[in-house]
Amino acid sequence: MKRLESVNDFVIKFANVNGTGSASANNLFAKALFRMGLPVSPKNIFPSNIQGLPTWYEVRVSEKGYLGRRGGVDIMLSVNPQSMPQDIKEVESGGYFIYDNTKPLDLRLVRNDVNIIGLPLTRICNEKYKDPRQRQLFKNVIYVGALAALLDIDFKVLTNLVADQFKGKEKLVLPNIHALELGHQYARDNFECPMGIRVRTADNVGDKILLDGNTALGLGAIYGGATVAAWYPITPSTSVVDAFDKYAKRVRIDPGTGRRNYAIVQAEDELAAIGMVIGASWNGARAFTATSGPGLSLMSEFLGLAYFAEIPTVLFDVQRAGPSTGMPTRTQQSDVLSAAYASHGDTKQVLLFPSTPKECFDFGALSFDLAERLQTPIILLTDLDLGMNDNMSEPLEWDDDRKYDRGKVLSAEDLDKIDRYGRYLDVDGDAIGYRTYPGTHPHQGAFFTRGSSRDEYAVYTEKGEEYEKNMLRLLQKWDSIKNYVPRPEIFPCGKKTDMAVLYYGTSEESSREAVDRLAEEGIMLDSMRVRSFPFNEEVQDFIDQHDRVFVIEQNRDAQLRTLLMAEFEFGPDKLKSVLCFDGTPISARNIRKQILGLLPGNNVTPLHRKKAAGGMGEQA
Amino acid sequence: MSYQIPKFRHPELPKNELGYTKADYEGSISTLCAGCGHDSISGAIVKACHELSLEPHKIAKLSGIGCSSKTPTYFLGKSHGFNSVHGRMPSVATGAAMSNRDLLYLGVSGDGDTASIGMGQFAHVIRRNLNMVYIVMNNGCYGLTKGQDSATADEGSTSKKGDPNPFNAIDLCGMALQLGATFVARSFSGDKGQLVPLIKAAMTHRGFALIDVVSPCVTFNNNAASTKSYEFVREHAEATGTVDFVPMHQEITTSYRAGSTHEVTMHDGSVIRLYKESDELDPFDRRSAMMALMEHEHDGTILTGLIYMDKNSRDLHEVLQTSQRPLNQLAEPDLCPGNKMLVNINASLR
Repeated sequence: MKRLESVNDFVIKFANVNGTGSASANNLFAKALFRMGLPVSPKNIFPSNIQGLPTWYEVRVSEKGYLGRRGGVDIMLSVNPQSMPQDIKEVESGGYFIYDNTKPLDLRLVRNDVNIIGLPLTRICNEKYKDPRQRQLFKNVIYVGALAALLDIDFKVLTNLVADQFKGKEKLVLPNIHALELGHQYARDNFECPMGIRVRTADNVGDKILLDGNTALGLGAIYGGATVAAWYPITPSTSVVDAFDKYAKRVRIDPGTGRRNYAIVQAEDELAAIGMVIGASWNGARAFTATSGPGLSLMSEFLGLAYFAEIPTVLFDVQRAGPSTGMPTRTQQSDVLSAAYASHGDTKQVLLFPSTPKECFDFGALSFDLAERLQTPIILLTDLDLGMNDNMSEPLEWDDDRKYDRGKVLSAEDLDKIDRYGRYLDVDGDAIGYRTYPGTHPHQGAFFTRGSSRDEYAVYTEKGEEYEKNMLRLLQKWDSIKNYVPRPEIFPCGKKTDMAVLYYGTSEESSREAVDRLAEEGIMLDSMRVRSFPFNEEVQDFIDQHDRVFVIEQNRDAQLRTLLMAEFEFGPDKLKSVLCFDGTPISARNIRKQILGLLPGNNVTPLHRKKAAGGMGEQA
Repeated sequence: MSYQIPKFRHPELPKNELGYTKADYEGSISTLCAGCGHDSISGAIVKACHELSLEPHKIAKLSGIGCSSKTPTYFLGKSHGFNSVHGRMPSVATGAAMSNRDLLYLGVSGDGDTASIGMGQFAHVIRRNLNMVYIVMNNGCYGLTKGQDSATADEGSTSKKGDPNPFNAIDLCGMALQLGATFVARSFSGDKGQLVPLIKAAMTHRGFALIDVVSPCVTFNNNAASTKSYEFVREHAEATGTVDFVPMHQEITTSYRAGSTHEVTMHDGSVIRLYKESDELDPFDRRSAMMALMEHEHDGTILTGLIYMDKNSRDLHEVLQTSQRPLNQLAEPDLCPGNKMLVNINASLR
């Protein structure tokens, strides 16, 4: 039988039951490979449920450093009978199916083109442990031990990791190591170790870290000086505020008084959450909320107020699969349009698209500077894949000399020098006025903030020309904003080409890999990663320079493409969509396949058609 | 449209301790209908703030949407104001109060803004005991959209153009009591003598202070068959007693009948004196307050005055243990832990 052979390059998927403690064991596995110097990208694929339903953990190992989903599974570790029929089907021909054979595999499921390895996990646990909880928990650790033998993972790395993981709870260290040894021993005694797919210590991760984007965002809010967090629990954003809370408890307690230099308010709903952020920001604190699609919809009315009344507002949207409740534990990039034009009337909102945890941290902190400088909502769009999975990332760093940009705010002394203060006067010609905080000056600088039309002095008016003037100023401000938001990253392919790919957020890794694969096949593509909206000039120039641009995104309706067409009036022939919206992160194979199908003249025989067609093995 | 009030004032207008006259607490001229109850409430707010010698710029006035929510333009012109979205003033006030604990937050809302679209936020701001004054200008109808019944309109009450209201009224005071409000009062826009000291007491209370003020809509709901008309309220209001507010450094000179007065010393040292008409209500006992409300509802009368007050109120800042320094005054040294911590965090993530 064919046997897949590879070193440091494979995809392994764990099929578990949620609520059984598998997450920490699987995490241990991924982290061990990472410590062996191997780039890994673990992804949780989990149900909207607390206990009892199937859950998966997929780890891509790629010595070359491709971190996106590749597509396909080389090794399936299956300990969940519920999902076994589906799981075994997913394995690549020649791949490995490792399962708990305490109960023999249903003969109808057996595949002759897959290497089947049985580990009697339940039996070992029943023999070794009496406590039912221990039987369940250690089962997971035992299979990690067995994998260590099968894949040749450095056992010392594993035991060190266990010691780190249980720092402070030392009495758990030895039992866990023992469980690892049980699995290791069983695999060595019964199978040829290592098997065809294996790992070898490398030095390919440098100083990188493994971190989830939500924690990085929470830290970004801490470093960015947020003092008020208002939120309503919603998957997959909840851990943003959890992380903010965790680190605030460490670093934001006043040493003298023991009181908190922050306030976290769990609101009654997302409407209230964004209202609190707006109230706090209006009053001069840095404030944020974190939510996901349904919350963004609820916040829409308030976002219009913040846009129109020009109140700094920071919103982190960790996107999930919509519409409606959709698939709340699956990933998508499908809030782009509703965020970009959030609220009724003519509104345009600033968007940031981070791609890595490091960028979540950087953009998270930057959001507060931008919101105060630009006096408008900043919506940071991340997604479940980036937010809730450990992603390999550049380490986080902070320049200790950095000062917060608090934007244009007048102090009491400033106000003393002014004859008549006008909140919406464009003094500097950048269409951004000066704010005053309540309580600043006894008789200067007070104004009425409102969502209704007003003149430059914030006095209510229903004069059409005043309203129009204000709306045009907001449009002029929109142009100013282009100079402040992060610029795109452009990766020329190095050869002359009239084709390119454009992507954003978590489509990056898979897109980079697909572009490399296509280049190997002679299809040259320049690349651009868009990092913000409004689109900077570079975005337009880049698109102008190419005849065909493949816009890669994780939604059904090609939302960023729609945005590009709306803002720049590009024709539909120029921008072609590469989409994935099944709730899993887009894979490199999928992108490659779609681009091949969209190449100009693909109805005639293209230069590389034959080779390309042979290489497709994707279940998209 | 807002118009400026003529600048001319009587040269000998009385000044308060800060040297301000009442004019320093006024706003733009009202654009509400002539005779609107809301204007009387605005007047009472001006009088209360003047007499309390509050610094106008240390007050933030917030509102939602509706006739009532327009009024903050008509008082305290030297204060920052925030006219937010319909029914959502409590959340904006919550954020604002979290940001700067040193200001006085005065929220103004209406019966539509509070009892319908804003019911959720109203309930939760009470639960959190946010340190704010929340005045409902309650006229039982939607004025700006021309007189539809609101959720506080009494069953059977008929507005100018409508049929008798078929639904039960929501009693905001009763609801607030049930939700744990720490200061609950009801008044009538036509009774400034009662309203002004209530506003003062509410402003001194640390925690959420609700004043539900029946405030007739002269245009749409002041007719004979309405239970929110001037005439009806005058005839059916029954006061819990008299409230007198004594600032901290003023001597108590008024004398009351012995045995029927209560004195409450507020956190800033000022004193609220309550003179009770009868023993049916103990305003420091939540159950007694609820009973009194229910009995008056049963009798078809409107209970006004201070209905309940919790002398041991703990506001949201106390619950959250936030810093005494307003959060909006903290800067990088208080807020940013610096790169060293990131170095450690990075190390733990490898």
